[in-house]
Amino acid sequence: MSRQLHARRIEGVDKNIWVDFTQLAADYQVVNLGQGFPDFSPPSYIQEAFCKAVNGGCSMHQYTRAFGHPPLVSILAKFFGRVVGHEIDAFEDILVTVGAYQALFCTFQALVDEDDEVIIVEPFFDCYQPMVKMAGGKGVYVPLRPVSMEGGKALTSADWVLSSEELASKFNPRTKAIVINTPNNPLGKVYKREELQVIADLCIKHDVVCISDEVYEWLTYDGAKHVKIASLPGMWERTVTIGSGGKSFSATGWKVGWAIGAGPIVKHLKTVHQNSVYHCATAAQEAVAQGFQREYELFGTPDSYFLQLPEMLHHKRKKLATCLESVGLQPVLPEGGYFMIADISSLSEYVDLNDPSTQDEPHDYRFVKWLIKEKGLATIPVSAFYSPEHRKDFENYIRFCFVKEDSTLNAAEDILRKWSDGK
Amino acid sequence: MNITHRTLSSAYRLINTSCIRNLSYSQCIMASSRHTNSKRIEGLDKNVWVAFTSVAADPTIVNLGQGYPDIPPPAYVKEGLANAAAVDKLNQYTRGFGHPSLVKALSQVYGKVYGHQIDPFKEILVTVGGYGSLFSTMQALVEVGDEVIIIEPFFDCYVPMVRMAGATPVLIPLRLRSNKKTSSISSADWVLDPEELASKFTSKTKAIIINTPNNPIGKIFTKDELQTISDLCIKHDTLCISDEVYEWLIYKGHQHIKIATLPGMWDRTITISSAGKTFSVTGWKLGWSIGPEHLIKHLQTVMQNTLYTCATPLQEAVAQGLMRDYELMGRPECYFTSLAVELEGKRDRMAAILQDVGMSPIIPEGGYFMCVDVTPLNQDLSHMGDDEPYDYKFVKWMIKEKKLAAIPVTAFCGDASKKQFEKYIRLCFIKQDSTLDAAEGILKNWNK
Repeated sequence: MSRQLHARRIEGVDKNIWVDFTQLAADYQVVNLGQGFPDFSPPSYIQEAFCKAVNGGCSMHQYTRAFGHPPLVSILAKFFGRVVGHEIDAFEDILVTVGAYQALFCTFQALVDEDDEVIIVEPFFDCYQPMVKMAGGKGVYVPLRPVSMEGGKALTSADWVLSSEELASKFNPRTKAIVINTPNNPLGKVYKREELQVIADLCIKHDVVCISDEVYEWLTYDGAKHVKIASLPGMWERTVTIGSGGKSFSATGWKVGWAIGAGPIVKHLKTVHQNSVYHCATAAQEAVAQGFQREYELFGTPDSYFLQLPEMLHHKRKKLATCLESVGLQPVLPEGGYFMIADISSLSEYVDLNDPSTQDEPHDYRFVKWLIKEKGLATIPVSAFYSPEHRKDFENYIRFCFVKEDSTLNAAEDILRKWSDGK
Repeated sequence: MNITHRTLSSAYRLINTSCIRNLSYSQCIMASSRHTNSKRIEGLDKNVWVAFTSVAADPTIVNLGQGYPDIPPPAYVKEGLANAAAVDKLNQYTRGFGHPSLVKALSQVYGKVYGHQIDPFKEILVTVGGYGSLFSTMQALVEVGDEVIIIEPFFDCYVPMVRMAGATPVLIPLRLRSNKKTSSISSADWVLDPEELASKFTSKTKAIIINTPNNPIGKIFTKDELQTISDLCIKHDTLCISDEVYEWLIYKGHQHIKIATLPGMWDRTITISSAGKTFSVTGWKLGWSIGPEHLIKHLQTVMQNTLYTCATPLQEAVAQGLMRDYELMGRPECYFTSLAVELEGKRDRMAAILQDVGMSPIIPEGGYFMCVDVTPLNQDLSHMGDDEPYDYKFVKWMIKEKKLAAIPVTAFCGDASKKQFEKYIRLCFIKQDSTLDAAEGILKNWNK
């Protein structure tokens, strides 16, 4: 064909870090601390729930309600209603989606028009930027910055903060929404109530929608508390809160997510959904519903998976941090989430970055590729989570996923020790 | 910041306080004018399914409406899913554009069907149902200023998807051949007028969407008909989006032809299929697009920016199912064949039921729907007012008074064609015998 085939909306959004790096991890034999998924099994009760659904009646294999399987939306409404302290309408205030990823897509497509501005806090889960672009919007970036401590580097994700003045300066009459992610990927920051209040005040002042990606909401460590910005005064009616069955139940391959918010906003997400995928898989939704039913009953007790998982990960996080420190990498201890970033500056002199195929790439990309090819360890370069404008200021960090079996973490440790001893 | 915003903000705070005391949050929301929908979805919120499928939840209603089986999927398919879910790593993310074992199985099955090699990684995209493939195709290849030709009656989502992509739908109806007597009409008697079709192509035409076998009529486009369409696509350098989700449901005496196999068409066609329709598992929501790399790569770009990847265990189970049936292709035990045989019996039964009460159904050559003109039932619906086409009123009345659900065929056409189709309703016959028995009972007792 002689004419341009592709639509302009997909220009500039064709590159994708996951496509590139997961292919690389697959091509080389690696210990994979790159992409964020567990290499251990989901809890047995959730696998059983899935099997039960599969062996359930005929209806488990046919279309269910398009906006969310009734047992799932009902338990989500009940569960999260209790968390936020007010009634949530199962049929008006919730949309079930194919993973939190699709919930993000529906939200941007539903609310962002050509030339609307969307504030994105950096570092951000990489899909926010192309999704805003595809919706015709303009990303406006404001970075979390490490506050320098006396005598040393910022050691935990709590030390990475927004400047209130800088944040305020980003709001203007064209601002349609702000996207926050708490706990944050890749940094692991868990926003405190006061920090969320600053954001909320600006949202209310400028009448802006808040998109709150809370997929890691159960994974907080060292007493950090996850706070839902939608529960702050004046915020329910202007917030879309996004959650993930995959992250909640360590079953990322199920792709069941949701958006919860005030009905008048969620209805627009539903319109996008009904014109894009329409239904989500029934059996997976049934299983997640069973999972939440159990968690509703066990909430706050030691048998709750939402307590057991962070406890298990707490130890893995410490183990990885200790290992990274011992080889000269400087980890930023995360307060929440699946990931830890580490400063690679002090190791760069030991790395041969003369691979011509990566010549024009940012420093951290080159470091990560070298680590994959030469050492068989996969990680993700953190500058991928920054806007083109700010990428060059953050080329010295790589991201590790610690939601892995101990054997995987041990294997990573061996690789790093050998490298360190051989330096 | 202007006064309106400040006023709204203080109003929110006031409302919010009273909300905490008395009402549910959602009940007292005053939606800000800034939180309205984006332009791209303006006017796309209405949907025939949202209107009619809540009805289906009532178990006293005999539901021949929405298109899904009430017969179970084959046992090996369900077992495949249970087995897949028991494997740890199959509960985690897989390859975004399609689980490797699935795209390889698709490459084998369709390589055989197309008669040429299909690259599993570059020429296939796995999506959330056939629906997801349609959306990915539209978003990837259609935009503001484009025209897309759609043949009526059409699966209803084509028009809103074209509009959401900013383009203009250009409609052309199938028409009943004028020399047909009213008895024994087949979907083959509904044809396009070649001159009328040619007149719809302009310099703005980006694509034409065809659906074969067609939902709702059940027409299977013949080779000649597809050749007419291909000639126009090639002449005007347009794309072809071929929705073939019912590709295996072909009844005796008919053959499904892939337009992508006609000369000059592979390079400009996206062909869409559905696991849900293939294996009677509509609730699995898996489908795929097959086409040349230079088109599929754009659909892949959309995929990586919309939902990234589809569910892993479901894809693995479909892969297993496809490989089993690939080995059996052409044999009666192959599900692709056995399902069609089973449905042909139900088709004929459904037709007989309708004929017995004086109606003339359009006998479908493929698919699992049958349309019928309800004029012979002589149902006076003038008490229901004039603001809807007859078929909408008829279906609503029939659900309420007769406890039988169908879908109005004008849901599948544009305004200009409503008069042509408003006496038709669509019935789904991929249903258990007991469901068809119940429908028969209702129709036989219509005038009692």
